[in-house]
Amino acid sequence: MIRARNLPFVATVVIFLLAYALCALQFPNMLSFRVAGNLLTDNAFLGIAAVGMTFVILSGGIDLSVGSVIAFTSVFVAVLIRAGVHPALAFALALALSTGFGALMGLTIHALKMPAFVVTLAGMFLARGAAFLISTDSVPISHDFLRTLKGLYISLPDKGRLTFLAMLMLAAFVIGVVLAHRTRFGANVYALGGSSQSAELMGVPLRRTTVQLYAFSGFMAGLAGLAYTLYTSAGYSLATVGVELDAIAAVVVGGTLLTGGAGLVLGTLFGVLIQGLIQMYIVFDGTLSSWWTKIVVGLLLFAFIVLQRLILLASERRAAMRAAHGG
Amino acid sequence: MKRKLLAASSVACLMLSGAVYAQDMTVGFSQIGSESGWRAAETTVTQQQAKERGIDLKFADAQQKQENQIKAVRGFIAQGVDAILIAPVVATGWDDVLTEAKDAEIPVVLLDRQIDAPDDLYLTAVTSDQVYEGKVAGEWLAKEVGDKDCKVVELQGTTGSSPAINRKKGFEEGIASNPKITIARSQTGDFTRTKGKEVMESFIKAEGGGKDICAVYAHNDDMAVGAIQAIKEAGLKPGTDIKVVSIDAVPDIFLAMEAGEANATVELTPNMAGPAFDALAKFKADGTAPPKWIQTESKLYTQADDPKAVYEAKKGLGY
Repeated sequence: MIRARNLPFVATVVIFLLAYALCALQFPNMLSFRVAGNLLTDNAFLGIAAVGMTFVILSGGIDLSVGSVIAFTSVFVAVLIRAGVHPALAFALALALSTGFGALMGLTIHALKMPAFVVTLAGMFLARGAAFLISTDSVPISHDFLRTLKGLYISLPDKGRLTFLAMLMLAAFVIGVVLAHRTRFGANVYALGGSSQSAELMGVPLRRTTVQLYAFSGFMAGLAGLAYTLYTSAGYSLATVGVELDAIAAVVVGGTLLTGGAGLVLGTLFGVLIQGLIQMYIVFDGTLSSWWTKIVVGLLLFAFIVLQRLILLASERRAAMRAAHGG
Repeated sequence: MKRKLLAASSVACLMLSGAVYAQDMTVGFSQIGSESGWRAAETTVTQQQAKERGIDLKFADAQQKQENQIKAVRGFIAQGVDAILIAPVVATGWDDVLTEAKDAEIPVVLLDRQIDAPDDLYLTAVTSDQVYEGKVAGEWLAKEVGDKDCKVVELQGTTGSSPAINRKKGFEEGIASNPKITIARSQTGDFTRTKGKEVMESFIKAEGGGKDICAVYAHNDDMAVGAIQAIKEAGLKPGTDIKVVSIDAVPDIFLAMEAGEANATVELTPNMAGPAFDALAKFKADGTAPPKWIQTESKLYTQADDPKAVYEAKKGLGY
């Protein structure tokens, strides 16, 4: 018996498998390691950002700065590498900066008791503006170190590749799952999402958890920025506009409650893959408008929010009935 | 219920795929988006050209995002198309995906813009020559005014953009043969109608109510349409008192030409795909590689070219 709380996750996985099967029926080519590998590589930066977003949403917050931080990181790294800095050092600096930026936002949210929505909206403009300040042009990069990274892949049958980017994303999800379900931090995040008041009463350190949370999201956004830079071999300040919304959509379609407290990190992976699958289908079909991606994701989002609401109402009614019987 | 649905959709799929295999060449086209009328017309014309040749065109709109373009191109490669057309949104970041296409032996043709990548990664690029466009406009004016003195005002495109720089340079080359022509004023109108009108109004005020201006050169038709409005409001006759020459050849400028209010325009053809398909067909047939750059025609249209007919032909293209 599936627990009601996990029903959205199961629904996501079933939808993904069913959709993939339908696609493969129409285009047998889609059932290949090559397409499966592409699906992971092409959505790596979105997936990595969505891991951070999952934690933020689990805690009942939101991080709108993700897309801008990705763009900032990509431009920052590209300009540093162009100036002769070793990519490894540039990557470390970028991650430190994005993590610090996230921590600062977390601190502001806690100290000023401001909604995360407002603080991260400011962060979004700040990071995007800073990216433009560094360079408005698309900055190409090429370095042996980057070629080495891209050369790290596992060959799959029929010319498929599990690329470095795909492995990076899978690693991000593994870290996410472990953090969420095996650490104190993860437990605190779930508690915070349930109710911050009762979390405080239970002894959850609100300040530390909030700062850690947004620092983690900033780190993941920075990592996503590095993935994006590797993916396009360039930094561009206009890149990834609105990716935070794609990430939020992936989290919700992945079965996490938008109000926080319930959900699984692994579900987000399927949320990302469903979005990637729709885009892939549109390319294979070749006659549909690409805006169908947004329409289908919108419909899925709506369906999941309704599903979550129904589950919540059902469990409340069950609790009320139990209380009545018990009394 | 579910099984019925599955069966129905698989039947529909089989019917769809049957239609796909009837054609002999499948080409994937990764378009930037539909940000301008010209871009929309390019998409329409590409689809028409493919249909004429019996090519199965797979179209992907990238919504202005490079990551979507890369995804689409990788999708085309995985699908095993015969060729790929890309209208690149930015010049950088194409090396990896083009190498992947090359490894899969799928020829790639760039449309309308060049990129920063080694040129062995693509078959050819089909683009217009923006300097030449300006030159055609300039040469027309040089011939038109003959040995009369002529003060020209210029409406530039967005400052620093490559069409603005190149179309200015080309125009100056074009009028160089006629020493009677001088560019009196030159300012940006940002490629828009409203800015074109505003700037033209200030030009007219500055040049003795417009009496001293003999011609206006606009880097695109939209600004020219705005300028025509400003000239009319100043009580002068556009096309007669002040000649109007511009670039792009969008449908609206032909209406103005029909009314005698515009004199000439140089076409930036939306048909980049036609030459690309021809080059691909030749390449597939006997392996002859086209030159690395195929320049499209920059055709001059004047009032003598039956503007009404051209307008009718162009208005359905989605401009």
